[in-house]
Parts: sequence; structure tokens; C-alpha cells
Amino acid sequence: MGYKTIIGLEIHSELLTDSKIFCSCSTEFGGDVNTHCCPVCLGLPGALPVLNKRVVEYGIRAGLAFNCEISNYTKMDRKNYYYPDLVKGYQISQYDYPLCKEGYIEVDSEEGKKKIRLIRIHIEEDTGKSIHSIDGGTLLDYNRAGVPLIEIVSYPDMNSPEEAKNFLEKLKSILQYIEVSDCKMEEGSLRCDVNINVMNEETEEKTTVTEIKNLNSFKAAVKAMEYEEKRHISLLEKGEDAIRETRRWDDTKNETVVMRVKEDASDYRYFPEPDIVDMDISNKWIDEVKSSLPELPEAKIERFMKEYDLPEYDASVLTSTRALANFYEKTVEYSNDPKQVSNWIMGDILRRLKDEDMEIEEMRFGEKELSDLLKLIEDGKISNNIGKKVLRTMFEDGGNPNTIVKEKGLIQINDEDEIKKIVMDIIEKNPQSIEDYNNGKDRALGFLVGQVMKATKGKANPKLVNKMILEELNK
Amino acid sequence: MELFKLTIHELRDELNKRELTSEELVKNFFNRIEETEEDIKSFLLLDKENAIEEAKKIDEKRDKGENLGDLAGIPVAIKDNISTKGLKTTCGSKILNNYIAPYDATVIKNLREAGAIIVGKTNLDEFAMGSSTENSAFHTTRNPWDLERVPGGSSGGSAAAVSSYQVPFSLGSSTGGSVRQPAAFCGVVGLKPTYGLLSRYGLVAFASSLDQIGPLTRDVEDCAIVMNTLASHDKLDSTSVEVEKVDYTRNLKKDIKGLKIGVPKEYMGEGINKEVREKIEESIEIFKNLGAEVEEMSLPHSEYGLETYYILAPSEASSNLARFDGVRYGNRVENYDSVEELFTKTRSEGFGEEVKRRIMIGTYCLSSGYYDAYYNKAQRVRTLIKEDFEKAFDKYDVIISPTTPSTAFKIGEKNDNPLEMYLSDVLTVSVNVAGVPAISIPCGISKGMPVGLQIIGKAFDESKILNVAYNFEQKLKFNETPKFGGVK
Amino acid sequence: MSVSKEQVKHVAKLSRLEFDEKSMEDFTKKFSSVINYVDKLKKVDTDGVKPTYHPHVSIKNVMREDEVKESLKRKEIMKNAPDSENGYIKIPKVLD
Ligand SMILES: [Mg+2]
Ligand SMILES: [Zn+2]
Repeated sequence: MGYKTIIGLEIHSELLTDSKIFCSCSTEFGGDVNTHCCPVCLGLPGALPVLNKRVVEYGIRAGLAFNCEISNYTKMDRKNYYYPDLVKGYQISQYDYPLCKEGYIEVDSEEGKKKIRLIRIHIEEDTGKSIHSIDGGTLLDYNRAGVPLIEIVSYPDMNSPEEAKNFLEKLKSILQYIEVSDCKMEEGSLRCDVNINVMNEETEEKTTVTEIKNLNSFKAAVKAMEYEEKRHISLLEKGEDAIRETRRWDDTKNETVVMRVKEDASDYRYFPEPDIVDMDISNKWIDEVKSSLPELPEAKIERFMKEYDLPEYDASVLTSTRALANFYEKTVEYSNDPKQVSNWIMGDILRRLKDEDMEIEEMRFGEKELSDLLKLIEDGKISNNIGKKVLRTMFEDGGNPNTIVKEKGLIQINDEDEIKKIVMDIIEKNPQSIEDYNNGKDRALGFLVGQVMKATKGKANPKLVNKMILEELNK
Repeated sequence: MELFKLTIHELRDELNKRELTSEELVKNFFNRIEETEEDIKSFLLLDKENAIEEAKKIDEKRDKGENLGDLAGIPVAIKDNISTKGLKTTCGSKILNNYIAPYDATVIKNLREAGAIIVGKTNLDEFAMGSSTENSAFHTTRNPWDLERVPGGSSGGSAAAVSSYQVPFSLGSSTGGSVRQPAAFCGVVGLKPTYGLLSRYGLVAFASSLDQIGPLTRDVEDCAIVMNTLASHDKLDSTSVEVEKVDYTRNLKKDIKGLKIGVPKEYMGEGINKEVREKIEESIEIFKNLGAEVEEMSLPHSEYGLETYYILAPSEASSNLARFDGVRYGNRVENYDSVEELFTKTRSEGFGEEVKRRIMIGTYCLSSGYYDAYYNKAQRVRTLIKEDFEKAFDKYDVIISPTTPSTAFKIGEKNDNPLEMYLSDVLTVSVNVAGVPAISIPCGISKGMPVGLQIIGKAFDESKILNVAYNFEQKLKFNETPKFGGVK
Repeated sequence: MSVSKEQVKHVAKLSRLEFDEKSMEDFTKKFSSVINYVDKLKKVDTDGVKPTYHPHVSIKNVMREDEVKESLKRKEIMKNAPDSENGYIKIPKVLD
């Protein structure tokens, strides 16, 4: 029997504005506890919100990047509920007239490219943060209260955790591309809630949707979805149904656990925020934002394929983040061999970054250094293998490849006389290999070349070595 | 000379002539307060030391010939729902009885810049919800004309303080009539400005789309003077409207020949006390004598003003008062077993009955299944009420009516019947619902108690209202004073 | 329309308010009388009438520039805090 998994996502992403959404306090992460607070973001009696224009602009940016319709009329609303981290007893959000509607994100799926539709994107304020104190109490820090958010809500268009993961990655990369959010899940600037259920494809029977909250990484999100997928299927198999509840992922237990059972739909008593007047988003403003948008990944992939003559695979890997794409393009500017640059970045560099869980911006060398290294190889000053060694040094200690090569004496030996001497010496010492070669064992050639390289600590020009040994053997 | 009986413009003259120092003036008023406060109880807090300090500073500036603001050295009392830095701002509620505001409301900033001297914070119905100040968690203020009667509300303390000569002027706030009604009950001048003319920043919100701060003064000229200081566009209040700066004293004294005045028949009907109606009819004669044309007209939807108000105001209030949860400031109960209980107990013990009732009404009107029938419906009726006024002002310069259906009632008289209490706002609420300005000025005495005349204008037409009121005031020569410590 | 005690209880819960049984009776009565009173609005024909959420509906797009200004001093915040610890606002331990 086939089951279809149905996943919808709700993403909250903090916007990269300097000041908060309704006051002039800083949005900086990691400030001293309760020092980025004022009467407005603390909800002190009498204080009033004034909307940050850039929040609207970033909301529009996101809407355009995700192919949404931008509303010409929009307004803010109050969402009323009580929670200690919520300073006013309501969150200023958007209800029936969100800033952006009906967009989509194209993601990879098993059946190829697939459009995951978005219901809406709206702007709202973040809440404060609470931590537990040693004595079991709750400690509240309101620095985050009033930091601007966009909430992105998808249709339940994803049919596997893998697809959802692709969606999240694409979404994150685009938000970073258009520079509205840094999407650091570990700092909470990207947060994701999952709605998941499964359907028996034959009977079309569906389980009740489970909500998963507090997911602090894509990995956790995927694991939680996989866990829930299985749980829902086994429920259906037993002829049971899920209950309406909110669960969270427990990393130590490796399972989702119940946070709370949902009572009847929460009554948020939304109503229009009387402290903020309505908004008219003119087409002129939308066009202005549109023209300020940077090149989006799709377009970039195409351009990379055309301009640098790269295969689609290379282009899409290199454009996966804006920082990586920029790094690539700058390196090419210096080096003039786009494919070689691509090979190096996609090979050794990305592998190393992945191993060390690092971002490209965190490397100890820049585009100029990488292009210098590639030039050394191109000019035959060092071999490919020495190049890899130099790169390792650059990763570990930084520095310029020219200096590294000089200091470590890694310049390639191209002097034929010098190489000849060593070749002769090796041949003399390995009569057995010559015999083997003459008996048709090609392996012997490799062995001899290896010996020469070893004797020169890898510095001999391998092409020359190869040529000379062959000459000698064939005499 | 009893200085405390002078108006702002008279006091300014004295100060400018150097016949008197600000320090003397402030001390004089504090003497008056000390003499009368035990009976009137206008104040929740007095700030004598700072007030005298500030007065001395003004005197120094005056001595040095420095530029002084419009209200330099003039004492003012502030309704205790307006945020004053460093002073308690309790809103007349137990839940905030220890809250010290860390910032100034914009109107307070304006007053300080103009040199006004804050003498203290006045009593009010808790969170401005009420029409008698009986809902204050601390005490009931009494009407200076008759200590057995209420001063009105919710700005009862502010009205009583002006009426009993404790201060030359005060600030109140109006959500449904809270400046005009107590002004009428206490025989002083009270203006509810156009929504958006004064900044609400720092006014503790009751119903955000209706609230507006307004001055209470002893005469119309003072009202105009104070409005010059209070009216300012404020970037901290998104609903503050950018209008050209007006000098409200400029057109004050122009005559009003040919002025077109409408008298809505709905405001003169059965619910209105006979003697109050008579005073208004006399007022109409005065206007006619001044050369105005007075005509009966209709504001058909005003019949629904009170219902609309009693849905909108509580709805917004239920949300505005949600922040009082005992977490960040204000009172927190001692014993609770969960965060939910901390919220519920703090709120249940901290709020008085009327506040709870309005929070409940508002929550009910906004809750799912009822939103369309109540909140949304009321917002539509609001449109109709507003359109009534707009149409009327196509034809009339101002609209006049009684401010209240009767004069000040006895303390305790309406305490147990919320609906009856609400009815005392029936003539004032529509003005707030529509966002237009209106003033209440004394127009006579009925059985020893003052009667208020309401003059309503179109949005941002405060100059016109003040001009009309001034002409009326000069002609009427209302110089009755409250029995309590009165002039004569 | 009269409001039942159960409805009043539900609204109280949403409002984070509670009433003891004794005052509940009286409160429900007064609450109902107000609801009954405002129910009169149902008679008004509002077909095709737009709601007025703000008195000046023509004013739009009031926004500020994205500029950082000084925040409150933490000690100012803590002066009003019922309880605090290490610069945090504190809610003490509660039983689960
Ligand atoms: Mg949200
Ligand atoms: Zn702030």
C-alpha cells in the first residue's frame, strides 16, 4: 500500500535591519541582556509603535524573490495571546491582508524540478527570549522583542522530508542572496515549524496534521519529519489517527515528543492595529525594490553556464550561496581559467569547508591567493599535487602561495640535466624494474616515476620524468 | 490678591510685569492645594519639591532675560494616565500603584519646553474607564460645587483641580467624553481635540482609535494658549497628523456674525434633563444675539453612538490592557502555581470591577464567532456616524448641544448600574467615535450645579470652536464660582 | 441575547481574569445587560458600508527610517521589575 506524505512549512526569518520593527533599538545579536530595550519594545504603558520602512522594503524584496504578488493595500493587525516573552499581550503581525501573497519556490525533487507554492509572506515582530535559571525560575531577555521578522507560509506541497529539506535550503539561500536575512538557525534568525501528515493513496484516508516546533537545524527538521512520517504511517496501518498536537524534536532521544495537545483553535482575537495606519504599497515602490534586487540563483546559474562555459552541475554548486558565487567570480577575474577555478573550488576547497563545518568567508585566504596558486600550477612552477599541499598550508596557516612555495622550496624542477641525473640513478638501482618493463609489465614504469618523484620530494616535473624514463627504457 | 484665582493669561501678565516670581506663584498654588485637597482629593501625587525647583529655574532664566516658553512658570496638574518621567503613573489602578514612568509623554515634553510646572498627578477612573472617578482604586474625587457629588470622569481629578483653583490648568484625556463631561460637571472649559492633533505618545492607551489628550482650563482664552503648546506633530505617534502649526489665540476674538450653527434634535430629546435643556435654549438665544444662525438639524446615527462606543472602546481596551500581566512592571501577586496563574491572579487582584467588565466585554466582542456581529459591525456604524458629521459640516460651521444629559450626580448614585453610568456619556461619545473636536464650556447653573454647553467642530477646526466658545463666554459672563472655597 | 455563565467563564479565561462563584452571578448579570444593550446595533443597516478603523482613514504609510537610537538604561527597566536576576526579568519557580 502506498502512502503519501504531506508537508507544509512555516518559516520565521529575522530581517537584517539595523533597528527594530517599531522602535529605534538595535537588532544586534548577542548584546548584553536587556540593553536593547526601550518603552516601545518593552510595551511600557503609553508607548506607541512606528513602523520601520526598511522592514516593509525587505518584505517586498522577499516577496519578489519568491514570485509573490505584492499587495497594494496592506495593514498591521494585533494577534492577542498571553506569554511572558510577549510584552504587550499581543503581537503586532498581519492577518487578512498580508504584504505578499501566492508565490512559489522551485526545488529539486525526485520527479525533477517542482514548484512549492507559498500562501503568504507577512511582516511581524519577534518576541523576547526566555531561559531557565538554576532555581527553576524563568529569566527573560527582551533584546529580541521587536526584532523584525518575515513569516513565510507554504502550501502543504512537499511530499518527503528530502523535498522539504531542499525547500528550506533554497529558501535560505535566496533570503541570504537578497540580503534580507542571515538565516543563522543557531542564532535563531531562521526558525521553522513543520505541519505534517500522511495519506493512504488507495483509500485517500489522511491522518490529522501534527505540528513540529522548535527545530534548531535543517538536520533536526529532516529527522523530525522522517520520524513523524513513520509514526503517521504506522498509525494508519493500525487503523488509528494522530491527535491534534504540537511536538518537538528531542535530539538525545532521537524522536519527537509532545509539547502540548492543542485545545480548540486558539482564539487570537485578531483585529486591525489601531496604532499603525494602513499602507498603500505603490507599484512605483514595488518597481524600485525590484530594480534593487540582486541576481537570484536561477539567473546566476544560467549566466555562469554561458559566461564561464561551465556544466550545469558546476554552476549550481558554485551559486549555492552568494558568498561562494562571489568568491568564484573574483577568482576567475584574476585567473582566466574558469573551469580550473571551478574544479579547485568544487573539489578540495568545498570538501575542506564541509569537513571543518566552515563558511567560505571564514577561510584564511582570499580569491587573489587562490588564483596565485592556480597560476603557479598553470605556469608549471609546481605540480598539481604540490598545489594541493600548498592549499592545505593556506587553509591551516593562511599566507600567499608564492611565499609558501619559496619558503618550503617547492618550486618544480624543470632542468632536464638535473632530472636526467636522478633518472639514471634510479634506473641503475632498479634493474628488476627494467626487466619487468621489458617483459611487458607497464606497472614498472609507474614505479620508477614514483621513485624519481620521491627522490625529488615531488618537485620534479612529472611530465619530464615520465618522458625521460620512457626514453631510457626504450633505448 | 488671591493669585490662585487668576487665569493663565492673567498670571502671565503678572509674571511678565515682574510683579511676581514663579516660585511665589507655585508656592501660592501649593498653599491653595493644601487648603482644599482634604475635601476635594483631586490628586494622587504631589511633587512640591521638584515644582519649586523648576519654578526657581524659570525665575533665574527670567532674571537673565533668557527666552521663556509660552507657559513659563505656570503650574499644571496632569491626569495620572499620562507618562511623566520619574513620577509614578498609576492610571488610578492598583496594578500600577508602584510604577514609575521612565519616560515623558510627548505632551509632557511640550509642556516642560514651554516652561509649565508640573505640580502633581490627578485622580481618575481606573484606566480612564468611568464617568465619576468613583472607579479610582485610590479614592473618589469630589465636586468643588457640592462635595456630595461626583466631579465627573474619567478626568475628574483634573477638572476638580481647575475648578477649585488648585491649578490654573490641567491635562485630561478623552476616550468617550472624559474631558468634556467632568468639565461640564465642574464648571470649567474642557477641549477634546481632533483625533491626531495631539500626540498620544505616553498616554496610557484605553482605546487607541478614540483616545485623545485634552486641556482643562478656566476660560477659553487659556484653552487656546495651552493648545498652542500641546498641538504638535509627533513622529513617535503614527496616528499623529501633520498639520500646519496654528496659533489658536489668533482668531479667538473675531465676531461670529453669520455663523451657521446646527442643533441636532437627537441631542435635545427626552433623555435630557429639562433644566439642562432650558440652559441650552438660553444659550441658543445668546448665539442668535451674537448674530449666528441657529437651526435644528439631525445626526441620524448618533442614536447608536453609545452602543458603537461600548463595543469599540472595550474591544481595544481588552487588548491594550493585556500588557498588565505582572511580569515586567507593576504589581505581581505573591502566590501562584503556574505562569497562567501568575497572569490571572495578578490581573484579577490588580484591576477593579469596571475595568474587568470592559476587558471582558471587549474580549467577547473580538472573540471568534462574535467579531463580525460586534467589532466589525461597530466599525461600520462608526463610518455612518462619521459621515453624519461630515455631511453636517458641509452646512454648519459648528454643532451645539448639551455636554451631558444632567448635571453632576451624587456620589454612589449610579455606582451599581453600569448602563446608567454609561448614559452620562451619551452626548459626547459620537465625537470621539468620529474623531472630530469638541469643547465644553459652562453655560449656566441649574440647582446650584454648572451646566455644560458642547460645541462640536469639523476635524482640525479647533480655531473655529475656540472662536465660537470665546464669543459665547464673553457674552454670557459666567462668573459663578464653586461653593467650595469660591471667589466671593 | 443573554450571556450564559459558561460563556462568561470562557471569556474570563481568554482575558486572564477570574471571578469567585459569588461575584460571578452579579458579574454575569451586569455583563449580559451591557451585551444586550449593544446588541441594538444589529438593527443598523450597514450593507456596503466600509469599516473605519482609524478616524483619519486617508492617512497612510506612516513609517520611520531604519535608524538606531539610544535604548533605555537597564537600571531604569529594573527599577520597575517585580523581580530580576543578573539583568534578566525573572519569574520565579512555579510548580508544574
Ligand atoms: Mg508568526
Ligand atoms: Zn525599543
